[in-house]
Amino acid sequence: MLEVEDLRVEFTTDEGVVRAVDGVSFSLAEGEVLAIVGESGSGKSATVMSVLGLTRAAGARVQGSARLFGRELVTASEHELRGIRGAEIAMVFQDPMSALNPVQRVGDQIAEQIRAHERGLSRAQVDRRVVELMERVAIPRARDRVRDYPHEFSGGMRQRVMIAMALSCSPRILIADEPTTALDVTIQAQILEQLARLGEETRMGILLVTHDLGVVADIADRVAVMYAGQIVEDGTLDELFYDPQHPYTWGLLGSIPRVDRERPERLPAIPGAPPSLARTPHGCRFRPRCPHRFERCEAPPPLELRLDDSPGHRDRCWLEPGDKRRLRLVGGQVGLAAGGTVIA
Amino acid sequence: MARFAVRRTFSMLLVLFAISVLTFLIFQAIPNGDPAQRLAGRTSTPETVAAIRRTWGFDKPIYDQYLLTMRNIFTGKVISYTQEVNVDRQIAQDLPPTLSLAIGAGVIWLALGVALGLLSAVKAGGLVDRGLTVLALVGISTPVFLIGAVMLYVLAYKLGIFPNGGYVGLTSNPLQWFTHMLLPWAALSMLFIGFYSRVLRSNVLDAMNEDYVRTARAKGISERRVLVRHVLRNSMLPIVALWGLDFAATIGGGAILTESVFNLQGVGQYAAQSIGQLDVPPVLVIVMFGSFFVVLLSALTDIVFALLDPRIRLS
Amino acid sequence: MSALLEVEHLVLHFPVRGGILFDRKLGEVHAVDDVSFTLREGETLGIVGESGCGKTTLARCIVRLLRPTAGQIRFRGQDITTAGRRALRPVRSQLQMVFQDPQASLNPRKRAGQIIGGALRLRGIRGPAVTERTRELLRRVGLDPEHANRFPHEFSGGQRQRIGVARALAMDPSLIVLDEPVSALDVSIQAQVINLLDDLQDAFGLSYIFVAHDLSVVRHVSDRIAVMYLGKVMELSPAEELYVKPVHPYTAALLASIPVPGPRENRARPRAVVAGEPPDPIAPPSGCRFHPRCPRATAVCQKVEPPLVEHAPGHLAACHHPLNLTLDDDRAVDGAYSRAR
Repeated sequence: MLEVEDLRVEFTTDEGVVRAVDGVSFSLAEGEVLAIVGESGSGKSATVMSVLGLTRAAGARVQGSARLFGRELVTASEHELRGIRGAEIAMVFQDPMSALNPVQRVGDQIAEQIRAHERGLSRAQVDRRVVELMERVAIPRARDRVRDYPHEFSGGMRQRVMIAMALSCSPRILIADEPTTALDVTIQAQILEQLARLGEETRMGILLVTHDLGVVADIADRVAVMYAGQIVEDGTLDELFYDPQHPYTWGLLGSIPRVDRERPERLPAIPGAPPSLARTPHGCRFRPRCPHRFERCEAPPPLELRLDDSPGHRDRCWLEPGDKRRLRLVGGQVGLAAGGTVIA
Repeated sequence: MARFAVRRTFSMLLVLFAISVLTFLIFQAIPNGDPAQRLAGRTSTPETVAAIRRTWGFDKPIYDQYLLTMRNIFTGKVISYTQEVNVDRQIAQDLPPTLSLAIGAGVIWLALGVALGLLSAVKAGGLVDRGLTVLALVGISTPVFLIGAVMLYVLAYKLGIFPNGGYVGLTSNPLQWFTHMLLPWAALSMLFIGFYSRVLRSNVLDAMNEDYVRTARAKGISERRVLVRHVLRNSMLPIVALWGLDFAATIGGGAILTESVFNLQGVGQYAAQSIGQLDVPPVLVIVMFGSFFVVLLSALTDIVFALLDPRIRLS
Repeated sequence: MSALLEVEHLVLHFPVRGGILFDRKLGEVHAVDDVSFTLREGETLGIVGESGCGKTTLARCIVRLLRPTAGQIRFRGQDITTAGRRALRPVRSQLQMVFQDPQASLNPRKRAGQIIGGALRLRGIRGPAVTERTRELLRRVGLDPEHANRFPHEFSGGQRQRIGVARALAMDPSLIVLDEPVSALDVSIQAQVINLLDDLQDAFGLSYIFVAHDLSVVRHVSDRIAVMYLGKVMELSPAEELYVKPVHPYTAALLASIPVPGPRENRARPRAVVAGEPPDPIAPPSGCRFHPRCPRATAVCQKVEPPLVEHAPGHLAACHHPLNLTLDDDRAVDGAYSRAR
C-alpha cells in the first residue's frame, strides 16, 4: 500500500542544516503493523509526518518518494494531500490532551473530519456516525458524551476519542505516533489491544511509531529501528527480537529492565548519547558509541540484506554475521558490551 | 455557569461599594480645608457656601455625609455651582458623543486589530508582516492628541475633506454624524489597533504550533477552517477580555483627550473642562459613574469569557 | 540496620472548594490515605503505581514539601510531621529530592557549577573548597568538570538529570527521594542513570525512595517495593518476590499489562487487560478500592476494606483474596486471567 523510498527531510535551524530523515526506505502492506522504533532525535516522527506533508508547516524540505497505491505524495499539492489526510491515511498522536482542541466539543471534532471528506451527508447521518464510532472504541455512554469537551474525559478515554476520530472515514492506513506513551500501563494495554483488534477487523495497515520495545513486541508484525535519521535494522518481529544484527538494537534490547527475566547485576547501558542531527558522525553513525567498531566502520555502511536465510532482514553493520551472533551476548543475554570509550 | 455568574456579580457589588466609599473619601473627607468652599468653587458667596454645607451635611458625622453624598449623586441633585447647571443633566447631554466615539471606535479597533494581527501572523517574517509591525508600533507610541491634531490640521483644515471637529447628533443628521466621527474614531483606534494586532499575532503564532492544530491539519480539513475554527477561536479568547476592559475604560473617561482635540463635547471633555476650572461636583460624579461602568463591564467581560472558554465554565 | 525513616498512618487530603458565594469545602481528594512503612539505612524502597495513586504526593510529604493532614513521619527518630521551618533545617540537608523533569527542576539562568555550588554553600562550605567539591561531584555523576560553566539547556536530558543528582548529593544526605527520575529520559539513557544511582548508593551509603510508574524500572534499584492504588498501599514486598509471586491482584494485573520486549514471551504470558479506569480520588470505592476492577472480587470486597497484613515473611498485602499463597491459588490465577483475555 505504502512505498517509501530514500526519504530525506531537512530543516534549517540556528545550528545549520539538520537532516532529520536521511534516506529512509520501507513499505507497508495491507493488514500489516509496521513499528518504527527509535529514541528522541532518531527521526521517526519526522518520517511519518513528512509522508502526510505535515512537516511543510515547519518549513522542512522533503525529498525522495512516498507512494500511496502508486500515487506520489512528496510532490503532491497541498490540495491533494488534504484529500488524503484523514480519509486514506489517518493519524493518532501522542498526548490526547494537547492534541484535541480544548474549546471544541468532542463530537464536533469527529464530525469535522467526516464532513471534510464526505460532503453529501445530512446532519443526522453525521451525528449517528459519530456516536457509532465512539461506541466502537468502547467509550461508555457515547450518546451523552458526544457533547463533552476534551478535559472532561480521562487520558485513556481521550485517546479513544482520537482513535475514533482517526477511524471516522475508514482509512486504509493508520499512523500512530507514540499513541500510548502518555498513558498508564493498564490503560496502555487496553488501547493496544483495541488498535490491534481494529487493525485486524478492517485490514488497515498500521504504522506505529514508538520508543517502547515492549509495545512493539505486543502488536507489531515488522520492525524498523531508526538511529540518527537512518534505519539501522529492519525485519520481521521475531527476526529483530531473536536474531538482532545491529549493535544499537543489541543495546536497546539489553538496556531495558524486564519484569519477566532475572535481574542482571548491572544494566548493560549504551554509553554516550545520540549525535546531534546537525553534525552527524562520518562513517557509521553509531560508531562513536559502539564497543565493536573497527577500521571498516569509517565507511558508511549501507542498509542491506546480509543474511542468506532471512530475505527481509536488513541491517547497517559491517561485522560478519558469525561475529555478530557471538558479540551480541553479554552475560548470556542480548546486550551491548561495556567498554570502548566514547569518541566525541 | 450560573454559579460563576452569581459569584462574579456578588464580588462586583462588593467592589462597587468599595469604590463609592473611596470616591467619597478622596473628594469629600480627606482633603484639608473647608469642603463646602471647595465644592462651591471660584465663584462663591457666603450664602452659597452655607447652603452647600447643609445639602451635603458637612456639619454632620462622616457616615451621614457619605449617605448624603451618595443620595445626591444617585438622585441627580448634584449642582455645579460655578456653572450653575445640574451635573447629571449635563452629563446626560454629553453622553451621546462619548457613546458614539467609544462604540464606533471599539468596533473598529476590534475588527481591524484582529484582521491585521491575523494577516501579520499568517505572513510572519515577510514584508507585509514587517510593514504592519511598524504601523502598529507607530500607533502604539504616538499620543492620541498628536494623531488627532495632525489629522485635523491636514485632513480637515488644509484639505477640507472632513469637518473641523465638533459633533452632530445621529438622530438629527446621520451623514453629518458619520463624517464628524470618522476622524475621532481613527485617532482613538490607532493605539488599540496597534496593540491588539500585536497581541493577536503573538497568540496566533503560538496557537499554530499547538498540537491540536497539527491534529486538525492531519484530519484533512481546509486550511481556512484550521485557521478560523482552531487557531483564531483559541487566540481570540484573551482579546475578548482585553476589549471589555478597554471599552469600559474608554467610556468611563479614557477618551478625554480625543474628545478635547476634536471638540466633541462629550463626558470626557466635560470632565477636562471642570478640572481646569477647579469645579469639583462634575468631577466627583464623573469619577463615580466612570468607575462604576468599568467595574460593571469588567464583570460582564468575565462572564462572557467563561461562556467562551469551557475549561473555565465547567471546572 | 536501624530505621532511617518511619512513616505511620500518613494521610494527605486536599480539600476541594466550591460553592455559590463563598468557598465551602465540597469534598476531599484522598491523595494519600493511611500509608505506613519503615525504611532502613542503606535500603531502597520502590514506590510504584499509576497516575493518581498518590505516590508523588507521598514523596513530597516525606521531604516535607507538603504538610500531611494526619499521621506521623519520623526521621532518625525525630518527628518531622508538623515541624516548622527552623526545626526542619538540620533535617533538610539529610533528606534530599531528585525530580522528574530535569528541564523544569534546574534554574535555567544558573550555570551547572552555580547550581551545585549553591547547595554546597548552604551546607557552610566556602571559598576554594566549593569549586573543588563541585568538580568532584560532577565527576562522580559522570559529567566533565569542565562543563561546570554551562547552562542547563546546553546539556542533554540525561546529563541534566545527573546535575540534579549531583545537587542532591552536594548536601551529603542520608536519604534521597527520587520522583520518577528516569521517566522523561530515553530508554538508553535510563539504563545509564539507573546504573549511576546504583553506584552512588554503594559509594556514599545512601538510602533511596524511588517513585516510579514503571514496574520494570523500579525492579532494578529496589530492595523492597510498595504498590499503591488510589492513595493506599496494596502490597509491600521484597523486590524480587513481587515479580515472581505477586500477592495482590492489582500487582498481578500491572505485571500482566506490561508488554515485555519479547514477542514469544508476550504470547505465552496470560496478558490480562484490566477493564475500566481508575476511579475518582474524591469518592473512592467502598471497601477495597480495587474491587470494581478486580477479577477476584466478591461481596466482602465491596463492604470491608482489607487491612495491610503479612501474608508471607516480609510480604504484606491488603486483600481478602490474595494470590500465590497456595498451589490452588496459582491455578485460579491463570484461570481468571485467561478468561478475561
